[in-house]
Amino acid sequence: MPILETIGLEKRFGGITATNGVSFAVEQGARLALIGPNGAGKTTFVNLLTGVLKPTAGKILLDGVDITALEPHQRVRRGMARTFQINQLFADLTPIESIGLVVSERKGSGADWWRVVGGRAKITDEIADIAERFRLGDVLRERTAILPYGKQRLLEMALAFACKPRVLLLDEPAAGVPEAERHELLATIEALPKDVTVLLIEHDMDLVFSFADRITVLVNGALFADGAPEEVAHDPRVKAVYLGEELDG
Amino acid sequence: MSAVTATSPLADTVAAFFARRARWTPFEIAFWLVALASIWLFPTKHLILTETAILALFALSLDLILGYAGIISLGHAAFFGVGAYFTGLVAKYGLINEPVLALFAAGLAAAVIGFATSFLVLRGSDLTRLMVTLGVALILREIANRYSNITGGADGLQGVDIQPVLGLFRFDLYGHTAYIYCLSVLFVVFVVARRIVQSPFGLSLGALRGNPLRAAAVGIPVNARLVAIYTVSAGIAGVAGALLTQTTAFCSLDVLSFDRSADLLLVLIIGGTGYLYGGLIGAVIFKFMQDYLANLTPQYWQFWIGLVLVLIVLVGRERATGWTGYARAGLIKLFARAPSLPSPAGGGKGPAAVGGAAPDGH
Repeated sequence: MPILETIGLEKRFGGITATNGVSFAVEQGARLALIGPNGAGKTTFVNLLTGVLKPTAGKILLDGVDITALEPHQRVRRGMARTFQINQLFADLTPIESIGLVVSERKGSGADWWRVVGGRAKITDEIADIAERFRLGDVLRERTAILPYGKQRLLEMALAFACKPRVLLLDEPAAGVPEAERHELLATIEALPKDVTVLLIEHDMDLVFSFADRITVLVNGALFADGAPEEVAHDPRVKAVYLGEELDG
Repeated sequence: MSAVTATSPLADTVAAFFARRARWTPFEIAFWLVALASIWLFPTKHLILTETAILALFALSLDLILGYAGIISLGHAAFFGVGAYFTGLVAKYGLINEPVLALFAAGLAAAVIGFATSFLVLRGSDLTRLMVTLGVALILREIANRYSNITGGADGLQGVDIQPVLGLFRFDLYGHTAYIYCLSVLFVVFVVARRIVQSPFGLSLGALRGNPLRAAAVGIPVNARLVAIYTVSAGIAGVAGALLTQTTAFCSLDVLSFDRSADLLLVLIIGGTGYLYGGLIGAVIFKFMQDYLANLTPQYWQFWIGLVLVLIVLVGRERATGWTGYARAGLIKLFARAPSLPSPAGGGKGPAAVGGAAPDGH
């Protein structure tokens, strides 16, 4: 059974159809890249998956369970987390607090109003693990707002990862990261655990082809092509609408 | 990095961070010692100190929603008033005679009203919230006015007889019992509020205030949290209202007035929000400034208080590092552990920051 599946997913904004009958399925542990030209509806699709937007038609199944009607935070609890194309962080908190918050939340003590945050070793150990994995150890106690952009990008992923998702949606994780800080970021993406299904939305073709074992192309809100990276790269239709010269060279 | 230990050094750092975050600072301890000492230091000022403690508790309740959850309210007197009238009525009709018990019940009553109206403030911008909260307070005030057969209407609730606290301490004319009682309640509620803001729940409030979109995206049920803190805040405001009725043995429409809600915002503007002491310090400054100005110019004191407030806000707004900026930053530093503490200079962890990278010690 696929871990994530959509059936005839559709979203209309007035007369515009941003997502047009998308049916697709992802297997557990897949490394799927979702690509498409600007305005293809990638972000709308992610917003539908995560519950920020409600579809006008169609269904979303997570691990076989219909989650179409669930609120965003409920989907997170069921194992789907995302990052944002533009950083959505808690500017006034430190990374240690931000991660601690998410871990506490997942462990079910988010509504706990009496125990002090991080009072339990299980939680502090996990915060440390996540900080290490995303190379935030040296900036843990800085205010998020003043962190270098590359570190903020890492924190963006760390927060989603702290939700312990089965499906992780990365919305252009490398966008805007300067060359010098890129390597660190790509290494952490590469090192994501194999059992976590990753759906990567990305413009950067180097990253897409080095990371993905499957590529789905979205054009005008509809599924355009889907297959192994080589297949998609050599698909003349895909070249025509999207990849253009980029792959010929 | 190379040391082989059971727990990683990073985990220790994390644990230490949170432990330190929750610890009482020397200034907090000093603050409460001074508050305690004021009982013996200013025996002639107990009446105004009682009012101050009540205002501080009321401001604390608003700080919980404004400073932590980012909900602005121009009608917090609604809950103050519910607590005040509730206490007056149960005392008048002898339903609950023991003041501490009545206090709990009043807090509960106000919390129920808070819960019921919380759904109105979930949606909308700050401006909508200002209007909605203002509206709720106005409606309650008019209800109290309309049912004057129960509330006493414009004449106020007469014949409120308050029994001794715990059956032992009778309220006196000089406010001695009242002050000690109010200060104790303030301290207990403060300790609870402090726990709340240090808890995962409190931290999640800070997160959803800063970025509700992301808060939902990491699994925080944003609306449920807002309802919870709004309800708690209303309950505390109700307790403050109850204290006013108990210490004055009287209750009038004034407890629900717009002025009371507006003054409260001024208290928090003076003291600052989001570190719990803002309401307390603001209340002390506000009350004593009011008292001083009223003695100076009995008729026109409101002019001066208005002027002072305009100046405070202007100076605070015009220059980011104006005196309110400095004072607030300083206070926050003293009373709450700032999140970004520089790593301790000596005796730090081995592997941290080697080399000449950190010349900013003293």
